[in-house]
Formats: sequence, C-alpha cells, structure tokens
Amino acid sequence: MIEQYIPVIAMIVTGILFGVVSVKAHEILGPQRPNKSKETPYESGMEPVASAHERFSVKFYLVAMLFILFDIEIVFMYPWAASFRELGGFALWAMLLFVVTLFVGYIYIVKKKALKWD
Amino acid sequence: MTQTDLLAGLAIEIVSIFALIIMLTDALVERSTRLCETLSIVGLLGGLAASAYAHLTMPGQTAFNGMIVVGGMSTLYDAIFCGAGIMTVLLAREYLTRVGGMFDEFYTLLMMSIAGMMLMGHSADSMPMFVGLEVMSICFYVMAGLMRNKLSSNEAALKYFLLGAFASGFLLYGIALVYGSVGSTAYSAIAAKALSTQFPTLFWVGIGMMIIGLGFKVAAFPFHQWAPDVYHGAPTVVTGFMSTAGKAAAFSGFVGFIAPTMASGVPGLEKAKVILALLAVGSMLVGNITALAQTNVKRMLAYSSVAHAGYLMIGLAAGNAAGWTGITYYLVAYLFMQIGAFAVVGILERENGGNLTVDDYRGLARRRPGLALVMSLFMFSLTGIPPFAGFFGKYYLFNAAIQADLTWLAIVGVVSSVISVWFYLGLVVIMYFREPLGEMEGGEASISSRTALALSIIGTLLIGLIPQAIINIAAR
Repeated sequence: MIEQYIPVIAMIVTGILFGVVSVKAHEILGPQRPNKSKETPYESGMEPVASAHERFSVKFYLVAMLFILFDIEIVFMYPWAASFRELGGFALWAMLLFVVTLFVGYIYIVKKKALKWD
Repeated sequence: MTQTDLLAGLAIEIVSIFALIIMLTDALVERSTRLCETLSIVGLLGGLAASAYAHLTMPGQTAFNGMIVVGGMSTLYDAIFCGAGIMTVLLAREYLTRVGGMFDEFYTLLMMSIAGMMLMGHSADSMPMFVGLEVMSICFYVMAGLMRNKLSSNEAALKYFLLGAFASGFLLYGIALVYGSVGSTAYSAIAAKALSTQFPTLFWVGIGMMIIGLGFKVAAFPFHQWAPDVYHGAPTVVTGFMSTAGKAAAFSGFVGFIAPTMASGVPGLEKAKVILALLAVGSMLVGNITALAQTNVKRMLAYSSVAHAGYLMIGLAAGNAAGWTGITYYLVAYLFMQIGAFAVVGILERENGGNLTVDDYRGLARRRPGLALVMSLFMFSLTGIPPFAGFFGKYYLFNAAIQADLTWLAIVGVVSSVISVWFYLGLVVIMYFREPLGEMEGGEASISSRTALALSIIGTLLIGLIPQAIINIAAR
C-alpha cells in the first residue's frame, strides 16, 4: 500500500526542496548591493502613482459574477454539443430546461439594470 | 426520466417554477410586492397539494434513479417547509416595511430556499442532499443580509457565509470519503456496503465529517458559535424562518443519511451514538445556560434554538424508529412555536433594533394583552409544558432515548428543560408582573400577521392535543 505512494512523496519532497534551495542559494551565493531603485516592486517598470488598495466600484464584481454564471453555461454546453447524438432526446430537453432557467436569470439582470454601467 | 419521476418530484418542481415566476414578476412588474406575495402563497399551497398527492398515491417510492424518495416523513418535511414559508410570507411585508428592509428579492430567495429544503427532505442519496443544502444555504446567506443599510445585518450575512461555506466543505469531503470507502452515494447502498468495506476507518472519518457539516447547519454545540450573531443580525422574519425551516431541513438530511446506517449494525456504531449523545448534551446545556444570561430577546431565542437542536439530536443518538418519528414530530411542533415567538418579537420590534431587550417587554400584558398572552403560550410550549406541542415533542424524544438504553441522556434532557424554565417563564413573569419602563409605541399587527399568529397558535395547540395524527403520517 505505502510503496505505491513513494513517487508522490518523492514529488512533494523534490518540490519543497526546489523551492527552498533556489531561493536560499540566490541569497547565499549572489552579491547583495541594494539601492533605492532596486528595492521598488518593479525595478524597471513604471513609476507607481498611488496605492493599489483602493475601493473599486461594486459594478466590477457584478460583471465578474455574471460572467461566471454564463461561463458555466458554456462549460455545460460544450460536452453536450460534442456528444449530442449519443445523448438523444432526453439530454435535449434537460439542456432546454437549463438554458430557459438561465434565460429567466438573464431577463432579470437586464431588467434590474445590472449590465448598465452608469 | 419518466412521467412517474416528474410526478414524484412535482412538489419540488412547482415550488422551483414559482420561484422563477416570482423572479420574473419582480423584474418586469412595477411595485410587485403584493403580487409576489400572492404568487408565493399560491406556489407553496401548490407544493403542499402535490406533496399530499404523492404521499397518497406513491408512498415510499423512489424516483430519478433512486435519488429522491416520496411519502412518509418527506411529506411531513414538505409540510414543515411550505408551512414555514407561508407563515413567513404572511409576516414579511409588514415587518420589512417597518424596519426598512429590502423587498426586491425576498420572495424569490424564500421560494428557492424552500425548493432546496424540499430536495433535502426527499433525498435518498448524498448528492441531491448536498445540492439541496447548498441551494438553501446560499439563499439564507443573502436573506440574512437583507437589510443592506444595517451593519449588524451585513455582519450576520458575512459571518454566516464564511462559516457556512466552511461547513459545506466538511460535509462534501465527508461524502467523498464515504463514497471512497463504500463506492456509492445512495443511503441504502452506503448502509449495505458499510458492513463489508475494506476501509472502515475511512468510512467513519467520512461519517464524522458529515456529522460536523450537518451539525454546523443545525447549530449544534460545538458548531453553534455563528447562530447567536446571525440570528440576532438577520431580519426577525428571516431569523424565524432560518431557525425553524432551516434547522428542519438540516435534520431531514441528517436523519436521511444516518437512519439506514444506524439500522445496519455496522461495527463502530456504538461509538458514533456516544458522540452524537455528547453533542446533544453539549447543545442542550450550553444553549440553555447561555440563554440565561441574555438580555436581548432575539439572542435568547437564538441560544435556546441551540438547545432545541440538542433535544433533536437525542433522537439521532437514540438511532431507533422512535427517534426518527420523535425528531419529525418535534420539528413540526418547533416550527409553530418558534415562528410564533419570532412573529411576536417582529411585531414589537422598531427600527434600528428597538424594543428587543427583555426590559422592553416589562408590563407588556397591560399594554398589549393579546400579544402578551400569545407570547406566553409560545413560551410555555417551548419550555415543554403540557398540553402544548412542545411537551409531546420532548416526550417522544426522551422516550426514544430510554428505548435505546440511553436513560442518562433523557435525564440530562429533562434537567436542561428545567434550566430553560428560568428564561422562558422569566419572560412571561416580566410581561405580566413587572411595571413598564417608559412609553412603548405600539406597532399594530396587520391582518396577514394576525393570520400567521393564528396559524402558529392553532398549530401549537392542535398538534399538542392530537399528537398521534403526525406520528401516523410519518410512519406511512
């Protein structure tokens, strides 16, 4: 029983070692001459303008949430479409039911102006 | 999927379809509150009728490849969920208007959560049980935060959501481990194959995780910490609904999956019973003793609902037929008395959590004699004083414990009921024999609220007087 798991354990140990060794080796072997511009998060990037910890409008979250909803619809649609013939009539009705339910939700979000940006 | 399947699941289908219709009505019709209210009641009555039809024509049948079961206890569960829904709908409009809650999605969420609960009550397999539980829980998270402008309501929603998601994870992992050890998610197959499984440890770890997940949902000790804050922060009508129908749904899932296993005689069962008994003892004592110290009526009822989860867990620990019917009977009794008590609290409540402390109830009998009388009735029933419903509920549960050689558990139950006398009857004393502090502007109860109160009173009295009727339905 346990022998079967040896590759998994070896994998985990290698993963941890690789992470720790590569970070520590760089710290020990490399020369360290810090200066101000090297300490910035993006050494050769744009000058930071302000803190990223801002409050975003709730609209962003709303759009993200609705995206997931319809994304899931597609996730279900693809396997169904790929094996439509084998699944037959029952799957067609089940899919119709699913799509109609989601469509009701779509009407709801449109009417509640969830997709209006301003 | 055949016609029989569709007919067997008709009650769930009707409620779900009405949930969608109400969602559309809410979006398309201006000022649709009253229309949504009517549609909800029609849908719930339709669900009740379909459930009764299935109960009479196909008792004990399974449908959808053995995923759901019809008749017997599941009919009573349907009646609990739809009944709680109807009473909540009747109470909601007046209350939410007064305290400034949001209506928009209330009726849709309520109907959807009921559909989820019914799926749990009907499930004969872990998968529909889990789906039903999630449908219910997600609606509850939103309903707890219905008062968007109130900080405590937001806190309740967030707390409930974070902890609830965690508990769902436990439950799902438990289901997965049980599946891993016996190779099936169907309750009957789990019980049958548990005897010959090669991985008994895995099986019991899985069952333990399922107990943790469901124990959280019923607010049993030591997974009850969320309950007081959530019950306190949520709108009172929602609290009443969550603490009765939500608890009933979680217990229906609990009984469904644990009853066949308990009957199968799997080795290790005795230990599981001891653990359930300890959870019951902890819930009863912690719930009742903490409730003693509460000065807020809503929090007091929240802690006492933890204790009621404890009484119900006695039935689980007993693990016999008397235990299952006892749980079902108690859930029906609890529905009426708890929703009734929260209805009275809701009628007295003002904006910003006014009139919620025990001191606000001083001398209530003089200013609102009717309400005080009704509240006393519910308090007597919650304490478990005959001839009210609560007494027979406890009687059946304690009786089941004694039949299962758990007499000590029944004694702890009685002792903790005695503790609960202090705060339940204490409230009655305060309402009748204390001088009022200052003025209390009265909120008039509307006709629909009165109807809901009347339903609770009739329920509390009637099923206390004819307990056998409920038992007969459950046993069918």
